[in-house]
Amino acid sequence: MGFDPVVMFFVFGLLAGLLRSELKLPPALYETLSIVLLLANGLHGGVELAEQASPALLGQSALVLLLGLTLPLLAFALLRSLRFDRVNAAAMAAHYGSVSAGTFAVVVAYLGARQVFFESYMPLFVAILEIPAILVGIVLAKGVSRDTQWKELGREIFLGKSIMLLLGGLIIGLLAGKDAIKPLEPFYTSMFKPVLALFLLEMGLIASSQLGTLKRYGVRLAIFALLMPLLGALIGALLARLMGLSLGGTAMLATLAASASYIAVPAAMRLAVPEANPSLSLTASLGITFPFNILVGIPLYLSLAETLIAMGL
Amino acid sequence: MNVHTRTLLTVICEAALENKLVADLQRLGAPGWTLSDARGRGSRGVRSAEWNTEGNIRLEVICARELAERIALHLQERYYANYAMVCYLAQVEVLRAEKFQ
Repeated sequence: MGFDPVVMFFVFGLLAGLLRSELKLPPALYETLSIVLLLANGLHGGVELAEQASPALLGQSALVLLLGLTLPLLAFALLRSLRFDRVNAAAMAAHYGSVSAGTFAVVVAYLGARQVFFESYMPLFVAILEIPAILVGIVLAKGVSRDTQWKELGREIFLGKSIMLLLGGLIIGLLAGKDAIKPLEPFYTSMFKPVLALFLLEMGLIASSQLGTLKRYGVRLAIFALLMPLLGALIGALLARLMGLSLGGTAMLATLAASASYIAVPAAMRLAVPEANPSLSLTASLGITFPFNILVGIPLYLSLAETLIAMGL
Repeated sequence: MNVHTRTLLTVICEAALENKLVADLQRLGAPGWTLSDARGRGSRGVRSAEWNTEGNIRLEVICARELAERIALHLQERYYANYAMVCYLAQVEVLRAEKFQ
């Protein structure tokens, strides 16, 4: 089969950016596209959840929460061993422990195109994975310090845009059910891929602008930004096998564990840990890890899931 | 025409600080302010506003000299070390002095 056109839009954006093209999407459009994607994923998850809710979900959610606490600790240890200072290591660990909703949208499209089944409640896991890493990151950077303004920060973290949209969509989908949602179905059927294509075009442009700063930070950053997603994917996939998820679900949890945040976490870290250099984390997560996951990672994580299942795990 | 001299305090900084700054201004008793989006380049590199963490704002306050200095000092102590921020004072002439105490 040919190249996935959605991924080609990303490569197109990347190239246009590297060639210093005049091409630019208005910031408001990017904002709109990401809102539609998050809402679509939430709605879809909610509708399907209404059909196949199970009590096992509670235990699985707890395990995913645990994953969200473990990943940043692992990233922190890896960064410290690469001789990053404590504050920057903590801020970057928060980015890599959290998830990227954009990467999630791509893996949804990827598995959908191959008709690989995955559990419907995955958007719930995205929402669960977003938060704990931020808290772990702050504690790693500062200890439990009294001058951290937890109330203000809590609002920023728990009422952040992506969590609100995912959970809002999920609940609307859950309450409405399959029949009532029919008129809105294009959100996650016919409309989803065109929106994702435009979103990835913009992500390509943004990623290329981050690549420019990569030279400044050198090899250590690149090593981390490539090693951490692989490590995360392995842990995510093993956990998914433990939870008894399907093939698609395993590939998806691996992808989520491999992805790094570039929206919610940078905003929270800027306020909570202002001493950390924000462009270090953004260069790694947007400039390296996001393109890696889109171009190489997702197919790799699917075959990892296949291998683990074939091994009887 | 009857004009009065007041001080215009302009702050240009990261958009991430917007909520904090507004809370600070309220607490310090600024009579009012104007906020707008901004782009530019400074010692911390190009701040193009193309990406949400690169967003910048320009905050303008017209008030009495003493208050403007108090706000500027507060900003310097609190934010200069870790955030991209510049602020400057200028004398301006206003028509209604009572609006800008």
